[in-house]
Amino acid sequence: MTIPAVTTNFSAITKDATAHWQNITAGTKAWIRIGTALCGKAAGGDDVLASVQASLSNNGIEALVSEVGCLGLCFAEPLLDIQMPGGSRVFYGNVKSEDIDTILNSHIVSGVPVIDKALGYLGEDPVDGIPNLDDHPMRAMSERIALRNAGVIDPYDINQYIANGGYQGLNKVLTEMTTQEVLDEVTGSGLRGRGGAAFSTGTKWGFLAGSGAPVKYILCNCEEGDPGAFNDKGILESDPSTVVEGILIAAYATGASNGYIFIRHGHDGPIDRARAAVSEAYRLGLLGDNILGTDFSFHLEVALTGDSYVSGEETALMEAIEGSRAMPRYRPPFPAQVGVFGKPTNINNVKTMAYVPEIVSKGGEWFSGIGHDRSTGTAILCLSGNLKYTGMVEVPMGLTLRQVIYDIAGGIPNNKSLKFVQTGGPLGGVLGADNIDLVLDFEVFREAGAILGSGGIIAADEDVCIVDLTRALIAFCQYESCGKCFPCRMGMSHLLEVLERICSLKSEPGDLDLMRNIGGNIQAGSLCGHGQLGFNPVSSAIKYFGEEFDAHMVDHQCGTGTCLRPKYSPSLTRRSN
Amino acid sequence: MIDGLKERIANAVQNQSQPTVTILSSLLAVEDELGYIPKEAIEQVSDLMSATVNDVWAVASFYPNFRFDPPCDHQIEICWGPSCHIKGAMGLIEAVLDGVNLTEEGDTPDGKVTVRYNTCLGACAQAPVISIDHNLIGGLSPLQAKQRSVETMESATTHDMDGS
Repeated sequence: MTIPAVTTNFSAITKDATAHWQNITAGTKAWIRIGTALCGKAAGGDDVLASVQASLSNNGIEALVSEVGCLGLCFAEPLLDIQMPGGSRVFYGNVKSEDIDTILNSHIVSGVPVIDKALGYLGEDPVDGIPNLDDHPMRAMSERIALRNAGVIDPYDINQYIANGGYQGLNKVLTEMTTQEVLDEVTGSGLRGRGGAAFSTGTKWGFLAGSGAPVKYILCNCEEGDPGAFNDKGILESDPSTVVEGILIAAYATGASNGYIFIRHGHDGPIDRARAAVSEAYRLGLLGDNILGTDFSFHLEVALTGDSYVSGEETALMEAIEGSRAMPRYRPPFPAQVGVFGKPTNINNVKTMAYVPEIVSKGGEWFSGIGHDRSTGTAILCLSGNLKYTGMVEVPMGLTLRQVIYDIAGGIPNNKSLKFVQTGGPLGGVLGADNIDLVLDFEVFREAGAILGSGGIIAADEDVCIVDLTRALIAFCQYESCGKCFPCRMGMSHLLEVLERICSLKSEPGDLDLMRNIGGNIQAGSLCGHGQLGFNPVSSAIKYFGEEFDAHMVDHQCGTGTCLRPKYSPSLTRRSN
Repeated sequence: MIDGLKERIANAVQNQSQPTVTILSSLLAVEDELGYIPKEAIEQVSDLMSATVNDVWAVASFYPNFRFDPPCDHQIEICWGPSCHIKGAMGLIEAVLDGVNLTEEGDTPDGKVTVRYNTCLGACAQAPVISIDHNLIGGLSPLQAKQRSVETMESATTHDMDGS
């Protein structure tokens, strides 16, 4: 294919966007940003937003108020920051509505930040008496690529994205690069899929590029039913345009004509913000026919699924987009030959797409210089459970899990000790506390029998019963089995029955062998990862905590007392079960 | 039956703004409008999509977010994902059920509150998380959760499923 003529519209778009950004950050008014991603909302971000608006109007203070996504410091939500024109941002964490009047009056009217309530500042000008937020453990080791704009820009304002370097990558590929050069750049970056399978993104794109079909699809997966992972939703809520731009670059490289961003129904924040980013891109001519005046055309929309964990599996996802039951398909044929609506299709995770604009802007070599061995770039981790600091961080691959738990997340609170870590979603299994010297690297995790997966890291302290948690994980696997393969459908129910017996301290001799037998059959007889990996929670728990299983099964005792308390699991299982 | 039910279904199904309209997208549109999938919706979606009632029912019955009778006035969801489990989800479920006088998930007999367990509400860093009428609330103690559920129950004064 020939390189299209240089576009002129893009420079006009960036000029407007830059002037807009200059006006917001260094104009005449203070800029107040409030985190209202899922974590911010759960902490009361909407109440803080309402209080700020009421306080501004009651006190006659002029300021610009924006909702932003997730800065990653979820433990400090609700998080609000104030930037005086041209100055640094000063952050106030765990803000309460009753503090808002004081903060706004002092900071904006008197120009005096409230030091004892401030968490830190970000920016070039130090603020007396307030620490640099970049020195905080949750940020000190960060390398923010996919999260570069998260918590910085208003996700509904495409001009703020463009003013911060947005759509430069798309403009570069359209004006300077052939499709093969884009494929080579992404392959050379070593970027691998962040949805769990860690397959080379450039190679995957090459499969689709090789098809000459006139209609080809790019799908971006934000189903993210993994409990413990919220980084896909976090990116879409914080910086949806970087995902749209990544999809556009993928479409250019592969010759795709249409695309979908796939999100679970009910997650309104990610859905609304993704839809806004798509319609704004259409408005500016960045989506649609003849993008930026070139002969490249691409159409994108947001598609929703109902509640179904398995619909995150790539072929089940295609079924859901077509409006059917989200059940995996047989392979071959592979999606690159026969995908959604029978057309050649490529699927990438939200995180994978979010890296792409920076990779083409800065070059594959830059990206491959970050990270560890064959796991290039960064890991986007969701930290939750018994940790001092919970939230979302982006750090270079190659740090150890121990560094993540103790140096970044601040260790285990309340003078407790770490018992185990659960990584990579419910199918990832657990790692005992003595086994956390693994470096963040897809291969290292795999060899240790764990999964880095989509980046969920859940820490549990000594008060958590591993047998009870295993029961809860298998209850999840049972509830979410789509029902297509009977070894998974029936095996998960059977496993849950055995685990409930063990947790009731009424296990029978041979129950461990019975579970291994069932697990082996589920693994061997299932079409998708749900069944193939669904025994991991049990096998890894037995491996690291055999003695605790013995205590439950032989001595009929639960050391933490958890198993003596009431347990609940859903009564409404999938009707096909 | 709710007044104008058929019209409301028709509006929801026919006014979908996204280009790709499917059985699933149509059912989700009805759920957004009514909070449940009445028999009439199954029929209308099958007409619109030129599918059999059986095809539509197959999709509707697969996704557990769909229900087939009108929901209660208020919905409380309690997350039982592993992060929330570790932070005490079981105690929260016990407290909420106690607050609305249920023994497991489902509807209160007076039609005031529906309680559902959710596999992940997506705010794991604020665990344990519940949602009341789709508003997320993190970090509640069992006592606070019970209080919220009692308040929610008391704030329901009517069974009017029309949403007006």
